[in-house]
Formats: sequence, structure tokens, C-alpha cells
Amino acid sequence: MGVIFIPVGLVTLRASHCVIIHSMVVEIVDRYDIDCVPEPSRMDKVSYIQDDSIPKNCSRFMKVHKYMKAPIYIYYQLDNYYQNHRRYVKSRSDKQLLDGQKYHDTSSCQPVESNNNRPIVPCGLIAWSLFNDTFKFIREGAELIVNRKNIAWKSDRGHKFGKNIYPFNFQNGTLIGGGKLNPEIPLSDQEDLIVWMRTSALPSFRKLYGRIEEDLDVDDVVVVNLMNNYNTYSFGGKKKLVLSTSSWLGGKNDFLGHACVFVGCSSLSLAIIFMLLHVKYRRPYGDMSYLPWNRKSFSG
Amino acid sequence: MARVRKRNIHLSKLCSFSCCRRPSQPSSTNEHDRIGQKGYSRVVYCNEPDCEEQIRLKYRRNYVSTTKYTAANFIPKSLFEQFRRVANIYFLVVACVSFSPLAPYSAPSVLVPLIVVIGATMAKEGIEDYRRKQQDVEANNQTVEVYDGNSSFNKIKWKNLRVGDIVKVHKDEYFPADLLLLSSDYEDGVCYVETMNLDGETNLKSKHPLEVTSFIRDVETVKGFRAVIKCEDPNEHPYSFVGTLYYECQQYALSPQQILLRGTKLKDTDYINGVVIFTGHDTKVMQNAMDPPSKRTRIERRMDKIIYVLFSALILVSFIGSLLFGIETKKDGGDYGRWYLRPDITTVFFDPRRPSVAAFLHFLTGLMLYGYLIPISLYVSIEICKVLQSIFINQDQAMYDEETKRSAHARTSNLNEELGQVFTILSDKTGTLTCNKMEFVKCSIAGTAYGCGMTEVEIALARKRGETLDEQRDIDTVESREPVKGFNFRDGRIMNRKWVHEPYRDYIEKFFRVLALCHTAVPEVLDPGKIFYEAESPDEAAFVIAAREVGFQFVKRNQTSIQLRELDRSSGEIVDRVYELLHVLEFSSTRRRMSVIVRNPERQLLLLAKGADSVIFERLSEQGRMFEAETKEHIERYSEAGLRTLAVAYRELDDDEYKRWEQEYVKAETSVSADRDYLLDEKANRIERDLILLGATAIEDKLQKGVPECIDKLAQAGINIWVLTGDKKGTAINIGYACSLLRHGMKEILVILENPRIAAVERDTEDFAEDYEIVEKQIDEGISQVTGGSSTQFGLIIDGKSLIFALDKNLIIRFMELAMKCATVICCRTSPKQKAIAAMSSDFSIAQFRFLERLLLVHGHWCYRRITMMICYFFYKNITFGFTLFWFEAYSSFSAQPAYNDWYMSSYNVLFTSLPVIALGVFDQDFSARHCLEYPSLYKEGMDDVLFRWTHILSWMFNGVLSSVIIFFLTANSITGQAFRKDGQVADYSVLGLTMYTCVVLAVNCQMALCINYFTWIQHLFIWGSITLWFKFLLVYGSIPPTLSTTAYKVFIEACAPSIQYWLTIILVVIATLLPSFSYRAFQTRFRPMVRDSIQT
Repeated sequence: MGVIFIPVGLVTLRASHCVIIHSMVVEIVDRYDIDCVPEPSRMDKVSYIQDDSIPKNCSRFMKVHKYMKAPIYIYYQLDNYYQNHRRYVKSRSDKQLLDGQKYHDTSSCQPVESNNNRPIVPCGLIAWSLFNDTFKFIREGAELIVNRKNIAWKSDRGHKFGKNIYPFNFQNGTLIGGGKLNPEIPLSDQEDLIVWMRTSALPSFRKLYGRIEEDLDVDDVVVVNLMNNYNTYSFGGKKKLVLSTSSWLGGKNDFLGHACVFVGCSSLSLAIIFMLLHVKYRRPYGDMSYLPWNRKSFSG
Repeated sequence: MARVRKRNIHLSKLCSFSCCRRPSQPSSTNEHDRIGQKGYSRVVYCNEPDCEEQIRLKYRRNYVSTTKYTAANFIPKSLFEQFRRVANIYFLVVACVSFSPLAPYSAPSVLVPLIVVIGATMAKEGIEDYRRKQQDVEANNQTVEVYDGNSSFNKIKWKNLRVGDIVKVHKDEYFPADLLLLSSDYEDGVCYVETMNLDGETNLKSKHPLEVTSFIRDVETVKGFRAVIKCEDPNEHPYSFVGTLYYECQQYALSPQQILLRGTKLKDTDYINGVVIFTGHDTKVMQNAMDPPSKRTRIERRMDKIIYVLFSALILVSFIGSLLFGIETKKDGGDYGRWYLRPDITTVFFDPRRPSVAAFLHFLTGLMLYGYLIPISLYVSIEICKVLQSIFINQDQAMYDEETKRSAHARTSNLNEELGQVFTILSDKTGTLTCNKMEFVKCSIAGTAYGCGMTEVEIALARKRGETLDEQRDIDTVESREPVKGFNFRDGRIMNRKWVHEPYRDYIEKFFRVLALCHTAVPEVLDPGKIFYEAESPDEAAFVIAAREVGFQFVKRNQTSIQLRELDRSSGEIVDRVYELLHVLEFSSTRRRMSVIVRNPERQLLLLAKGADSVIFERLSEQGRMFEAETKEHIERYSEAGLRTLAVAYRELDDDEYKRWEQEYVKAETSVSADRDYLLDEKANRIERDLILLGATAIEDKLQKGVPECIDKLAQAGINIWVLTGDKKGTAINIGYACSLLRHGMKEILVILENPRIAAVERDTEDFAEDYEIVEKQIDEGISQVTGGSSTQFGLIIDGKSLIFALDKNLIIRFMELAMKCATVICCRTSPKQKAIAAMSSDFSIAQFRFLERLLLVHGHWCYRRITMMICYFFYKNITFGFTLFWFEAYSSFSAQPAYNDWYMSSYNVLFTSLPVIALGVFDQDFSARHCLEYPSLYKEGMDDVLFRWTHILSWMFNGVLSSVIIFFLTANSITGQAFRKDGQVADYSVLGLTMYTCVVLAVNCQMALCINYFTWIQHLFIWGSITLWFKFLLVYGSIPPTLSTTAYKVFIEACAPSIQYWLTIILVVIATLLPSFSYRAFQTRFRPMVRDSIQT
């Protein structure tokens, strides 16, 4: 039986080899939520972020430590943000996203379904809490072009968000949650919204912001001019900016590789243990002398 | 085929001495007095079913319905049956609540699986009931001849039969209702019935009508017949009947002797006429069939407990979840907290100002969400499996008996797995261990023992003594003629007319004449030259056949004579001799003897008798005791050899004595007083005396084929076997050796009250205390022997009388302690009452004892294993699934957001994991049938309940929790966070759910593939089919417009399928999930092997 572990172990180790060798992905992560708050305001970050009169712009420097081949994906990462909370996940209306105001039953969008007795398009907590930090990237004085098209799922753009549906009555309430939408652009082209509305699985998540379609060389310094608008301070969340290349396997995934190594090694070592034990306590095949019915004689 | 019409006589006619009639019980007279009172109020107007009085009584028609449901009540009643189960009620409540905002998922997604499961169960119930209905229709539409009131008997359907109808039932037909026997084609009206369906006994039973009705035979007499029967109300006691016939201003008491029960069959009688008394559901058999007690197996009872454990786990998990949810929610209260949830304008379910209320409501939601811990389809799957299992048992060719054309039959599918956990087998001897086919093997004539074949018991005894068998003797006896059924007598001194040279040839001649004349068998010539005897018991047939083989062929009988074809010793020719038959004094269990009075061609009056040795010996004359000592010794030897013995004697009567006796006898016969039976008995007694002993016969009731081997195997499997027999101690022990019940090296423990003592007990009750002490002492001695700690096996032999004491409430605990430690218990000298067994209420029936081996060791073992594996696996798969939900909760602040799409969840139990587990429950075999039989100790697994111990169950459950941990954490960490595709997309909620679900389905099904020991294409189809079904489901469901498919829309096609990470992750997760349990099993197999593992490697 132990023999089965050998191929299993080898296959898994081989896979882990692939994962580790071939996914030489370069990733730069920069947490900016605290640093972007001016020193005096750090005692009360919540009132800082809620105060519209204070400009929220902020500059970060990201040093490229390894050659990064285009396309370089830009993600923003939020931690301790429960996009998978039941109240939050449910608060949307897929029908309205497709049909706009024609669809009236927006009860599922509670508590953000209407304002001044007029429906909100897009309704619901998810849309209302749209992430609205923005990033600009400058290398050696020249702005890097960020491609922000095609960052959402194709099926979402094509089938989930209406082509002729325009934002309406959005963020007009007394309490403004997150970003605003350009009412001139149909929902199917509001890719930031579409990305945001694909709710995350876990409370720590990344979302695609755009792509830099130029290579970055080693020791390049990228200046990021960002607008730190989004409030993660009141619930202790974190905001990070991530630049990452991609391989055939996707992003930098150390866990999968390590897990494969671990599983492969354990199967191999189990195989070895079993074989050693088998050699040590060899039992001739077919010797059943110690079996219960041979110990006791039943013959009449 | 030329069939000689059997003469319409039966010997009991010659003297209507009906000793077959049950000795009237003292209470019966009282019972007869109660007729007309409560419980005895039924009135039947014979031959007048249309009369007003009869119609006014409104007795039921003969329509029978055994169905559980009708078309009208099917839905409410079967639903009610379903919701008597706690688990189903829970799911119903969940389904109802799912319409409220409490529900974590949409209402249809929880309703559909419930409807599927309930629907499947109802469909199963419906199909079963439809089968019953068809059987009913078949039974109701059988036809029977009924007197139409005018001039003929017409065929009508059973269901149209009414109380009071007169019916004519022909040979080999079943009785359509409970009838009062009026007459038969025999002059005295006797008929024979087979009661196999009622009590499983294969011998025929005779029924006797009242004399006054036995003439009602043809249409003319039937036409004039008017009578009224008053009798007991319908009841379920098949062996009792109290009633009175009012006929021509006379009252006649009716007894069970006159009652023909529905479910029994007419045999050896051309036709009978009878009056319908009980119809339809009033018949005894239907009254008995009402509401079969539903038996629940140990496994099922434990399963219920596990369900409760799971419910507690469910409550616990929900409680933990709601507690943490409450805490999280409360935090949202201050300074907006998680503002994106809008805690300021929230509903009560998420209100941070009232966290305890929110937590409580969340608790209810949790109960619904984690409901996946309870396997919804468990009950229906088990039921389906059991039905299929019993089909396998019924179809097993290896348990098909060629001779009787019967295969094994599982009447109920409830108890299959209990077959794998049998501790004790209780068995009758005659007809169960033996074939109930009697063979004449030996005889003792005039003090000389004849017959040199060895019986099975003798062979076994010789083996026990360690003697090598003298093969020579066997060869000697093998003759070149074909074996004769019922005859296995080999002796050169007797056979082939050699007996004429024996010194006591006169005795030999008389001996065989007695055998040829003293019986009630009827010859039937099938082919010319071949005579077949129809006899009441196989013993009797064996005697007649023996006589025929020796040269006293019984060829013909009519009312007054018997014709034999025998050798004339003086001329050496075969001549026909006619014996005038004067009287038959029939056999009964109280008389234990039978005799006939004949006049031979030489005009000599002879009384020929055969009977139990004790009865015959006490009736011998002084000069008739010539060979008493030798004969007694031979009888002793025969019975030790396991043979059934009878003594044979005769007496010459002189004409005067006979005439005097005959007058008295006829007088007694015609008397109408209550003690008529007693008088007749006494008269018979007067003539059956001063007998001259001729010898004794010995008949072997052969053990069924394969019985010793079967018992040996069952004993190796550790099953205790109890055998009940009426034999004497010695006989019982020797038969015990013959059929391996007692084996070499086994220690015998005797609990016996000596014979004289038994007699004393029978007479008076004063010595009870003393007997009690004897039994107690013997039992205590036995216990001290058994607990000695030695490894020898013990066999307990206890007699019927001791058994009564041993079962006394003071002794029974100690007795059972002793009995359970003994591999074999033989109860000898038990009375028929102690032996009573009813096949009607049996759960399984098999044609031959040896099939028991296969039924228990193979099917029992398999069924036990299948059902336990199935249940354990069910819990495993649901715990695995349910706990992944819980781990996901931990990452969604316990908001009761399900990790998966609603429809993934609801399909889990009914689509992706249901069929493989049913296939496991039906087809899995850990060992082939051959191995199961070869290694009976495998059976111990079931007896010790190895596969359903709490440790085993809990280890499966633990495995489930472990699997869920591995699946959740490996999947979550592998694919979330970084981009999981080449184009930089990240995995969102729907991708994680889909990946995790894929891993669960794969892991759970692969785990199944690892558990299965025996693959048929069906298992492959179901396991791999379920997995592919999941992917097909994803394709189909994912292509439905997003408003319906919500989070599943195009997830697989667009996001997962092109992602290498997705495939890599599921492979890794499945391997990692299976690794712990697989290596645990490998370790266990290698280093702590159970019985099974040693055989497997």
C-alpha cells in the first residue's frame, strides 16, 4: 500500500517544482493607509478621512528591485474588509443592473435602495461603498500609461451590467459611502464598479485597478500620486498598493508551491517509512499462522 | 398417464374412532357455554348467504386488501409517516422558515432537495404498495366453485364469496376463506391440508368433519342442507376455534378439527365441501397479518443516536457562530464601525444596538445553514439499499434449492444487516437440521439385528472415538441397484429373498406383514409396475416401502381389504393375498401406537400393532416377551445412533373375543356422551394387550446436506447454536456429534434431571424445590467450569424439564451467563410447545439449513458491512461539507453567508454524492463469497460490531472535520489573494466557492473510491459519473442568465476552467485530503491488522 505514496509524492513534487520555478513573479507591495495620513491627523484618522476640506493627495515611492516585464498589474488590496458579509453580499439587485430603473423591486438592495423616493441605480450597499482611491504612476518624470480597460470580467461587462443603463440618483443621500459614478457612462463600461461588485471571498482581498503596459527595470523608482479617499480607518482596515507581473500560473503564489512541496514530501517520507518497516518486520506472504482462527483449533 | 382412481375410503372410516380429535381441553366446555355472548357472537346461516338475517349481520366480503394506503389517503398518510422522523421534521421546519428573511439561502434551493427526498421515499412506498395491490388483485380474482342455490356449483371470484356460501375446493387448491369442513371425497369426510404457509411444517395434517355432515357431497344433498353456526368472533389464534353447529334440531360442538384455514392448501384429497365462516380480513391468517411489528435493528437504533449527536453538533456550532457574530456585530455600534454595512439603519438581524437579539436570530439562521451536517437523504438511501440488498438475497442462485424449487426469501428488508450480527441461532432439529425424509435403515427381528449400513451419527461417533472407518463395510453394501427413496436398508441376510433361510423366518415374515398392513397409506399406481404410496407421515411411507422392498408389496386397498403381493414360501412363487380389514385403531400422540385388526386368507384374526417402545413393551404377554431384552438393547443402540425407533408386535385373536369387543366398541362409538373419546380409548386399550413382540424398526431422518459443515462454519464464526429436539439425551448428544454441534475437544456440561425424577415431577409438584436445587447446582457447576479461563469450548446439554427451572426468573441470569459462554446448547426432550415456531412471521426463509451459512456468513456479513460503511460515509460526507461552511463563516465574521451558491448546496446531497453511496450500500463486497465462507472468523466483525463502534463512527466524523479543514484552508490560501489567472484576475467569492465545492465533491467521491473494495462498472459509473455530473452541472447552470444563476454565472467557463491554478489546487487539495485517512488505513492494515486486513494482503 505504501507504494502508492511514491508516484503521488513524485507527481506533487514535480508540480511544486513547476509552481516555484516557473512562477518567478515580481511583486511590490506598499501599504499606504497610515503613511498617507499627515502626522498630526494620525491620532484621529477617521475624522481626517471624513473631512472633505482636507486634500487627500499623497505621494509614494516604489522601488523596483527586479526587472518587471509588461504587463504589470496594479491591484489595490484591502484587509479586514468584509465584502463577504451576508448583509453586504445580498444588498444588490442583479435585475436592476441589467434593466435599470425599469426594474422596480429593489427591496433586496436594502438599506440603499432609494433616495428621496427615487430609486438609486446601481442600488445596494456594494455599489454604495465603491472604492474611490485613485493612483497615478510617474517614472523618471514621465507618467506611466495605465490601461484601465478590460479589468472586469468579460461576462460581467457583457451580461450582468446593462449597456444602456446609466447611473441615477447615485450617492445623492445624506451619507455618502464611497466613490461616485459618471452618470454619462453606462454601467457596462464602469469597470471599477464592476470589479468592485465582484465581492471578495475573504476579508483580505485584492482588486484589479489597471495595467501598466511598459516594462520596469531594476532600480526604477515609480512615484505614485494617489488620492487617499477611502475610509478604512473606522473599522481598522488596511490599504495596500500592489504591482505585480504575472506568469502562466497567475500571480506570485508561494503558498501553493510550499503546500505542494509539503504534501509531496510527506507522501514520499510515508512511502519510505512504510518500506523500511516492511523490510524490518517482514511477514512471509500467505503466512496466516497468527490469525485468530489458526490460533484456536476448531476442528472436530 | 393411466391414473387409477383412488378408492374413496380412508381407514378412519372403518372405525370412526377419531383419536385425532384433540383431547378435549377442560376449558372447552366452558367456552362452548359462552357462545352467543361477547366475543362469541358470530352467526353463520349455512347455504343461505342471501337470507335476511345473514345480510343484516353485514359480515365483510372476502375481499382482501393488504395495502398500506389507498389512492385517497396515500399522500397525507405517507407524508405523515415521513414526518414522524425527527430529521425530516427538522428539514420541513427549515423549508418553512426559509421563506423568511432568517434564511441564509433562497427558499427553493432548500425545498427542492426536501421534495426530491420525500418524493423518492413516497415513490418507493408507492411502488411497494402497488406490488401489494397487484398481489391482492391476483388473490381476490382467483376463482372457486360455489354452490349457486339451485343445481350446480359455479365458479366465482374469491372476492365475491360471502359468509354462508358452500364452496367446493379441489386438490392442490388454496382455501379461499376460513371454512367449516362438511365433507370430502372420502366417505368419512377426512381431508388433508398442508399448512406450510402458516407454520412452515411440511407434513400434512388431517381434518375431520362432523359425522352428520360427511354425507353432504353431491348437489342433491347440498341443496337440502340448512344449518346455523354460532361461533367465536374473528380472532388471531389459528389453533383455536369455538363454535356450535345447529343442524336438524341438534347441537354439535365444533373444534379446530373442522376448520380449514385460508392460506392452507388441500392435499391428497380430491375435493372438499365447506361452509364459509370467516371471510376476508376476518380470517385467521389475515387477523394475524395485521400490522406486522416493525423491527428495528441495532444499527438503526444507534444511527438515531448519531443523528442526535449531529443535532447537538449542529446546535453547538450554531451557538458558537451566533456568539461570535453577536460580538462582531456589537463592535459595529461605536463610531460607525464597518460603515459599509450601514449599521446605523440596519434591520434587527444585524442591529449592533441589540446584539443579543441579533445573535439569537442568527442562531436560528445558523441552525438552517449548518443543517448540511444532517444527511437529509440518509433514510431514503438506506431504505433503497436494503430493498436492493434483499433482491440480491432472493436472487442468489447459491441459495436456490433444486428440489423444492425455492430460493431464499427475505420477507422484510429491514433486518438485512442484523444478519451479519447474529449471536445465537435457535433451531429445531426435525425438518430443520434434518430433511424430514425418513429412510428405513435397520431393524431388529426376533432379537437379531439386521441392517449393516452406517448412519451418519455412527460415522460421526466412530470419528469421535478416532476409529478409522472400515471402508470395506461400505463397499460390501453397495449394490448395483438404483437407490429407493425412503429405503436404505442393506443386509445380505434379508434382501433378495434370503430371509427365508434365517432361523426366525416366521417372525421375519410376520414382522414385514405388520409393516405392510398396519398403516393408513394409500397406494397410487403411477406407471404400471411402479407404486407410489401416499401416507400421512414420511415414517409410515418408509415402512410400506421397506416391506415392499423385502417382498411384501402392498398393492391395493379398499374399504374392507388390503391386498399384498408376497412370496409363498412353500411354492416359491409370488402370490396375491387379500387380508380382510376389520378395524383401524389410529395413531395419536397420546396413544403413541397404532394397530389394525385383520383376517388373513387363512381366516385367522390378527391384531397388528406398532408403536413407541415403552407403550408396546407394557402391553406384551408373558410368552410374547421372548426377545424383549435383545430388542430393548437394539432399540437403545438405534436411538443412540440417532434413529427413530418403533416396536412391532402382533396378537392372534379368537373370534368370540373379537365379537364381544366389537359390540362394545360399536356401542361406545355411537354413544353421544361427553366422554365418548375416553370410552373409545379405553375400548381400544382392551384389545391392544397380550401382544407378542416381533422386533423393532429403526428409521433414519437424514441430516440435510451440508449441515455439519455449515454448523462447523457457523461455530467458527463464533455464533452460538441452540438446538431444540424431542430426542432423548443420548440421541441428542450423538446427533450433536453427527452434525458438528458437539466437536472433538469440546467439554460437555450436562444439566439434566434424571428420568425417574422427571416422571415424579409430572405427577406431583411437591418436589419442585428439590429439582430446582438440582438444576441450580448443575448450572453453578457449569459456570465454574466455563469461567475456568481455559480455551476449550463448551457444549451445554439441558433437558426440557431443567429448562423450565432454568428459565425461572431467579435462575435465568445465571443460566444465560452459562449458555452464552457455551458454543452449543442442545435442549433435549423438549415438549412441542417449547418448540413452537411460526414461519409465517419469519423475516427470512431458506429452503435448506446449509443455506444459512451463506445467508449469514456471506449476505449477513456483506449487508452489515455495507450498511455500516454507508452510514459512516454519509456522516463523513456531510460533516466534511457542513464544516467547510463553518470555516468560511469564520472568515465572514459569522454573518451566515454560505460559502457556496444556493443550488450547489442543495444539489450536494441529492445529485453529486447520493448515487455512489447507494452503490456502496448495494454492491460492495470486502471479500468474495468464497472468502467469506473460507474465513468464517470474518463474521466476528459483525458480532463485535467493529464497524459501528462509537470509536469507529467518531473516527469517521473526525476524518470529516479534518477533511473540511484541509479543503478550506488549502483552497482559500492557494487561490485567493494574488492573481489566479494569467490575465491578472483575482479569485472572488464565487471562484472560491466553486473551487472549494469541486474539492469537496472530488475528495468525498475519491474517499468513497478508496473505501470500496469491489468495483463493478456501476460503482465506476456512479463515482466518476457524479464527478463529471458536477462539471456538467456547472456548465449548464453557469450558462443560465445571471439573474437566475447569480454567482454561478459563467464562473467555471470564464474563470476557473482556463486557470491552471484552479486545476492544480484541486489536485493538491484532493491528495492532501485523502492522505491522512489513507496513511492511517495503510498503517492499521500493516501493523495492527484486524482479521480482514490479514486476509486482504
